[in-house]
Amino acid sequence: MTQRSAIGSLIAIAAIVGGAALAFAYTAGWFSPDRLRPERYLAALQPSAGPALGHRRNHAKGICFTGVFSSNGAGAALSKAQLFTEGRYPVTGRFSLASADLAAADGSTRVRALAFRIVSPDGQEWRSGNISAPFFPVGTPDAFLDLLVSSGSEDPGAMPAFAARHPEIAAFGAWAKAAPWTGSYAEERYNGLNAFIFTDASGADHPVRWSLLPKDQPVDVSADELAKRSPNFLEQEIAERVSRGPVSWTMAVAMANQDDPIADPSKAWPDGRRTIEVGMLTVQQVEPEPDGPCREINFDPAVLPVGIRTSEDPFPAARSAVYAKSYDRRTAEASKYPATPAGAKR
Amino acid sequence: MTLGRFTPTQRLLHWLMAACIIAMLFIGVGMVSTVLPKYLTLVAIHKPLGIAILALALIRLALRLRYGAPPLPRDLPAPMKLGAQLSHYALYALMILMPLLGWGMLSAAAYPVVLFGAVRLPPILPQSDSLHTLLWSAHYLLAFVFFAIILLHVAAALFHALIRRDGVFETMAPLPRDRVAPAE
Repeated sequence: MTQRSAIGSLIAIAAIVGGAALAFAYTAGWFSPDRLRPERYLAALQPSAGPALGHRRNHAKGICFTGVFSSNGAGAALSKAQLFTEGRYPVTGRFSLASADLAAADGSTRVRALAFRIVSPDGQEWRSGNISAPFFPVGTPDAFLDLLVSSGSEDPGAMPAFAARHPEIAAFGAWAKAAPWTGSYAEERYNGLNAFIFTDASGADHPVRWSLLPKDQPVDVSADELAKRSPNFLEQEIAERVSRGPVSWTMAVAMANQDDPIADPSKAWPDGRRTIEVGMLTVQQVEPEPDGPCREINFDPAVLPVGIRTSEDPFPAARSAVYAKSYDRRTAEASKYPATPAGAKR
Repeated sequence: MTLGRFTPTQRLLHWLMAACIIAMLFIGVGMVSTVLPKYLTLVAIHKPLGIAILALALIRLALRLRYGAPPLPRDLPAPMKLGAQLSHYALYALMILMPLLGWGMLSAAAYPVVLFGAVRLPPILPQSDSLHTLLWSAHYLLAFVFFAIILLHVAAALFHALIRRDGVFETMAPLPRDRVAPAE
């Protein structure tokens, strides 16, 4: 072999190895600062004082519950998931405020949430996060990042500019301003917002959205009145209420009409959609989060039983990716969130 | 120079797993870089492919223990021989360890380990914040180590094939021997 061809071979080897390394770096996004990485959502969610270490990066403040999902069997017409066959299935869940601020006051946080995990005997799980807003502020994960960045910006022009880019935010603003407030997690309606596909036993697909309708009668309380209450009154109230007796919601599954927007959770489906009440979610016990059963659960909306899958709505995938990153971070910081809070009586 | 060859099954597994592992590493770094819907698609491929690699790696290890490997050329410098041996140990260890770390980290996070449809694997660890963190970090860092060793392996294979022409590449080459030009 000549020296010249050896040099040519070495160059070829370097090109192959270097090219592979560059392709790997490109795939990892090292050359793509605009890529919608989960870390960018966490950075944008972060309060100015920094994240609450050891806690969820959004919906940081919450309280655990356990209970049961009593399926009436009607959901089996839409989904072959075992938990829609008549029966009772254990639930672990969490009430929370839709805020990244662990110190958020219960009385002034507009959106409240209920997350659940339902487990069926076949070992399948359904995890879901649901909020009290009737539709999402924006229609795409990209726009949501823009919203987080704009609303966290110190530039007074940031939000008006955002609203100009995403006029759909006006509907959410109108809801937030006008919708009545209640004084209890138990009196809220919680909406899944994202569309999912239910698949029945015959293999037919049904695009659906679900909601949890409270059994307890909502009582309107003015925002001014709520602002005067203790910052943790919602947690105290739900613990007291459930200690007196279980609290329930009816799970209602709405089926999309032909032209209903599947991919855009900022657009509510009009009233009058065929809706099936599939069962009752009952909260039987409320427990503080530090040693509570919900703490270890990532309510990843992409954890679904066979018979439910994601639709063209891009949010469950985005939530799944961002929640996973939040889980990775908070579990790495678990020592900052002691299981029994300092000074707590056991 | 003739060194003998790996058995046909060993060669088949080598090239099949090469494709799987390289795809796996690209899927892995790609999926954690995005929140777009392809995230879920890539995760759904990553898990069963990882378990497939684990199963293939165990079969391959058994074949290696049973049939061994052709000897390296006698004139290969000692540091290169050592490098070859160490990198092969590392590759076997990573092929087996990486899927177990992934399975373990999902278990420690209380995520269901879904392969496809209703087919799930049982958790191999209880939920544990500290184990999740340890295993996740190891899985992430070792992916880059794995890729680096693969690049080294490719560079060495090409060095044998194109520059030393000592028959080492041919021991694992997928082509029949008579289609490979003799070294001298």
